[in-house]
Amino acid sequence: MHLDHSHPGPAAVSADARRPDGARRALRIGLGGPVGSGKTATVAALCRALRDELSLAVVTNDIYTREDAEFLLREAVLPPERITAVETGACPHTAIRDDISANLEAVEDLEDAVGPLDLVLVESGGDNLTATFSKGLVDAQIFVIDVAGGDDIPRKGGPGVTTADLLVVNKTDLAPYVGSDLARMAADAKAQRAELPVVFQSLRAGSGVADVAAWVRAQLGAWTA
Amino acid sequence: MGRAALLVLADGRFPAGGHAHSGGAEEAVKAGRITGAADLEAFCRGRLHTAGLVAAALAAAAAAGADPAGLDAAADARTPSPALRLTARRLGRQLTRAARATWPSPELDALAGTFPKGAHQPVVLGLTARAAGLGPEDAAYCAAYESVSGPATAVVRLLGLDPFEATAVLARLAPELDRVVDRATVAGTAVRTAGLDTLPAASAPLLEIGAEAHAAWPVRLFAS
Ligand SMILES: Nc1nc2c(ncn2[C@@H]2O[C@H](COP(=O)(O)OP(=O)(O)O)[C@@H](O)[C@H]2O)c(=O)[nH]1
Ligand SMILES: [Mg+2]
Repeated sequence: MHLDHSHPGPAAVSADARRPDGARRALRIGLGGPVGSGKTATVAALCRALRDELSLAVVTNDIYTREDAEFLLREAVLPPERITAVETGACPHTAIRDDISANLEAVEDLEDAVGPLDLVLVESGGDNLTATFSKGLVDAQIFVIDVAGGDDIPRKGGPGVTTADLLVVNKTDLAPYVGSDLARMAADAKAQRAELPVVFQSLRAGSGVADVAAWVRAQLGAWTA
Repeated sequence: MGRAALLVLADGRFPAGGHAHSGGAEEAVKAGRITGAADLEAFCRGRLHTAGLVAAALAAAAAAGADPAGLDAAADARTPSPALRLTARRLGRQLTRAARATWPSPELDALAGTFPKGAHQPVVLGLTARAAGLGPEDAAYCAAYESVSGPATAVVRLLGLDPFEATAVLARLAPELDRVVDRATVAGTAVRTAGLDTLPAASAPLLEIGAEAHAAWPVRLFAS
C-alpha cells in the first residue's frame, strides 16, 4: 500500500512518500512476530540475498538489549552504518504501532546518512500475536511465526497472522521433531487470510529466504512503479 | 479556554516518544534508591522541584513567545550532562514531529528548520502549546506533570509496583505541582521583558550523574 499524502515544510512529518527534497523515499517493510521465530535470521538472509541489487538498511527494535543489531553487525550482513537500533522502553509494540516517532527518526537518519536507499527493513522487538506495525511507519509488513511455537498459531489468528501482508511460517526443518502438521498450518492460514500470501520456509534447508526475497522484490516493483 | 486541547497534549499516550524514557528512574531503581511507592514519591518530588521546575519555566517562556533559540541555549546551560542534553533533543525532535502533524503551525515548521535534530523538549513543548492555542501556564503544567508521570509509569514496569500506588503518588504530588507551575509560569512569562536570566536553574546533580552512568549500560529497558 502506498502512503502518498504529503506535508509541506522543512522536514517530513510522518509517513510521507516523498522526502523533504522531493525524492521518493525508501520502501519500508516491517518484520514482526513472537520472540525467537526467526525475524533477525530472516532479516540477515534478506540482506545477503538483496544487498548486491539494492541499497538497503535495517532498523532493529530490541526489547532491552542491542542483541539483534549486534547479531547483524557480527554477521556483517551490511556495513555498520546501515544498521540502527531503537530503544523501546520495555514496550516493543508501542514503538512500532502507538508511538512510532523514534522509528521514523531512525529511518530518516539512515536515509540522510547512507541514502539514497531502496529498502529499509524494520524488525520489531519480539512480541505477542497482536503486535502489528502502524501504517504510518511501514508500507508493508511480514509476520514471522515458526513451526516450533505450536502448529495451532495460524488457527488462533490475531492481527499479525490475519492481516500481515505476508505470513512467514519459519523453521519448517524442525516440523518432524516437534510434531507440527504443516498441511494443517497451511489450511488454517488460508482460512484466516483468504488471498493474502503465506510462505513456508526453512533458513537451514532448501531454498532458504528465496520466496520472501521474491515477495520483497515484487513490493519494491509496485512501490517504484 | 482550550481545556480540551490541553488534555490532548497532556495525555500520556500523546505519541512523542516519552514511553521509552524513565526520567532517571531506571538508574535509581538499579542503584537501590527506588524500591517502592515511598521512594518513588521522594524521587518524583526531587525531580519536580529541579528538572521539572526548569522544564516548566522553559515551556512557559516558549508558549509566551520568547525566542526558541535563546531558550534552547538556556536549556543547554541548565543541563550539564551530555547524555541528558542528547535525550532532551531527541525527545524534542520526536515532539516536533508529533506536534506538526497534530497542530500544524508556521512556528513549529520554523523550529524544525532551525533544529533538524531537535531542540530541547520543553522548548518544543511550549511552542506546541502555542500552536494548540494554549497558554504559558498550560505549557508549564504539561512539562511539570511529565517530569513526574514518566518516572511513575516507568517504575510500574521496572518494579512491578502496583499501578494504583504509583498513581496515588502522582495524586499526592498534585498540590506541589500546582505551586511549581505557578513559579514556572511567573518566571517563564517574564523572559520576554526581563531576559533569560529570570529562568530558574535548579539542578539535581544525582540525576545528571545517574544519566551519564545509565547511558553507558549495555542492557537497559529504557533509553534514559
Ligand atoms: N532450525 C532452524 N532454526 C532457525 C531458523 N531460523 C532461525 N532459526 C534460529 O532460531 C533462533 C531465533 O532466531 P532469531 O532470528 O534470533 O529470532 P527473532 O527473535 O524472531 O529475531 C536462532 O537461534 C536462529 O538461528 C530455521 O529456519 N530453522
Ligand atoms: Mg530478533
